[in-house]
Amino acid sequence: MARAALSGRLTWQLAEVVDVLTETPRVKTIAFDVADWVGHRAGQHVDVRLTAEDGYQAERSYSIASAPNGTRLDLTVVRIADGEVSPYLADELKPGDRIELRGPVGGYFVWEPPQGGPLLLVAGGSGIAPLMAMIRLRAAAGSDVDTRLLFSSHGWDDIIYREELERLNGNGLTVVHTLTSSQPPDWTGYARLVDAEMLAEVGPSPAERPRVYVCGPTPFAEAVSEALVHLGHAPRGIKTERFGPTGG
Amino acid sequence: MSPINRGFHRRRQPDADPSRVPPGQYVTGDFPVLSAGPTPHTPLEEWSFTIRGAVEEPVSWPWEEFVALPSETITTDIHCVTKWSKLDTTWKGVSVDTLLEAVQSKAGYLTAWSDGGYTTNLALEDVTDGQAWVAYEFGGAPLEPEHGGPARMLIPHLYFWKSAKWVRGLTLTLDDEPGFWETYGYHNHGDPWLEQRYQGD
Repeated sequence: MARAALSGRLTWQLAEVVDVLTETPRVKTIAFDVADWVGHRAGQHVDVRLTAEDGYQAERSYSIASAPNGTRLDLTVVRIADGEVSPYLADELKPGDRIELRGPVGGYFVWEPPQGGPLLLVAGGSGIAPLMAMIRLRAAAGSDVDTRLLFSSHGWDDIIYREELERLNGNGLTVVHTLTSSQPPDWTGYARLVDAEMLAEVGPSPAERPRVYVCGPTPFAEAVSEALVHLGHAPRGIKTERFGPTGG
Repeated sequence: MSPINRGFHRRRQPDADPSRVPPGQYVTGDFPVLSAGPTPHTPLEEWSFTIRGAVEEPVSWPWEEFVALPSETITTDIHCVTKWSKLDTTWKGVSVDTLLEAVQSKAGYLTAWSDGGYTTNLALEDVTDGQAWVAYEFGGAPLEPEHGGPARMLIPHLYFWKSAKWVRGLTLTLDDEPGFWETYGYHNHGDPWLEQRYQGD
């Protein structure tokens, strides 16, 4: 269905807020209902457009965090203090409010259960969003494809979707966290930036030819993809999605 | 008619002449990076630039010969489909006009191809007459790998995904053949002033 949509015009659609969830002190998930949503594939994004009373408009792109689920769509937004769009989305929107969006966009950084695995998902901060769509789709489809998630966050309270990931862990999904800035007193997990040694320990090995998806800030995606190539993973098996600090 | 989002207002005062910013774009001082895969690192001694396809004789320049070609310094604004624009960027490179003088062809299109497998398609009329370059310096320094070095296309009047990073050559074609992002739903032409982001725009 998403493919068919891409062959036509991606028109702006009204999206109504149905729920606002606090994920971490800086991160919210906003659930929308989009009446004519054509569906999406896990990993795709949408463009969001806000309009001020004076007619000024701003557009930004956000990955879809939810698995395909009828007309519902979840976007996870990090509030960037001096940003223009993210503080409005994260702080101002309430159930019943409406914004405009269009999509789904992108067909490269996607995964669907028939593609199989093994999967290696590497997320930095809110880069988890499109990977979470894949993890949620995998669970909803009852897939037991070998999936390793290596998730880098600043601290324990900054882990987005932490409880849901704990619930989903198992059935072939292995969730591994690294906490790069601060760790709880009893923390025994990784406490450093993702590096080649960590990627090798989390696996799968290059010999298993995993499908690799890396999403995070540009320096994170650069360092992780470089380390993966260094370990022997085929560059063409590594899909990256990067975002800069100016996303606002 | 777009609904008004009450409480939303412009936060960033326009720090640039609005007539230089295409619709839906915002100006950034940074140089964000967008790539679909790992950054290739091709040693200069293995690097060459090739023009092939619908040409009488393909031509290829090793790095030393390529940077000895007549070059130009270009100061221009660039616009990425992910919404950022960057003004007054300065590049040095070889004009595509100069490169095409080396071949005989009746082709009307070309595909720029890159290390790592990236491709993007262009009409000849979009890359001739001083509209496109193969750039190897940015801001007076060698182009960094994450921004497409050793060399990338520079086609500032189209969205920046058309300015292929890590470019290694041009394949001239008689028909227009969609490239990487163009087959994933992005616009075939990509004019930022017409906001041609996605198919159908």
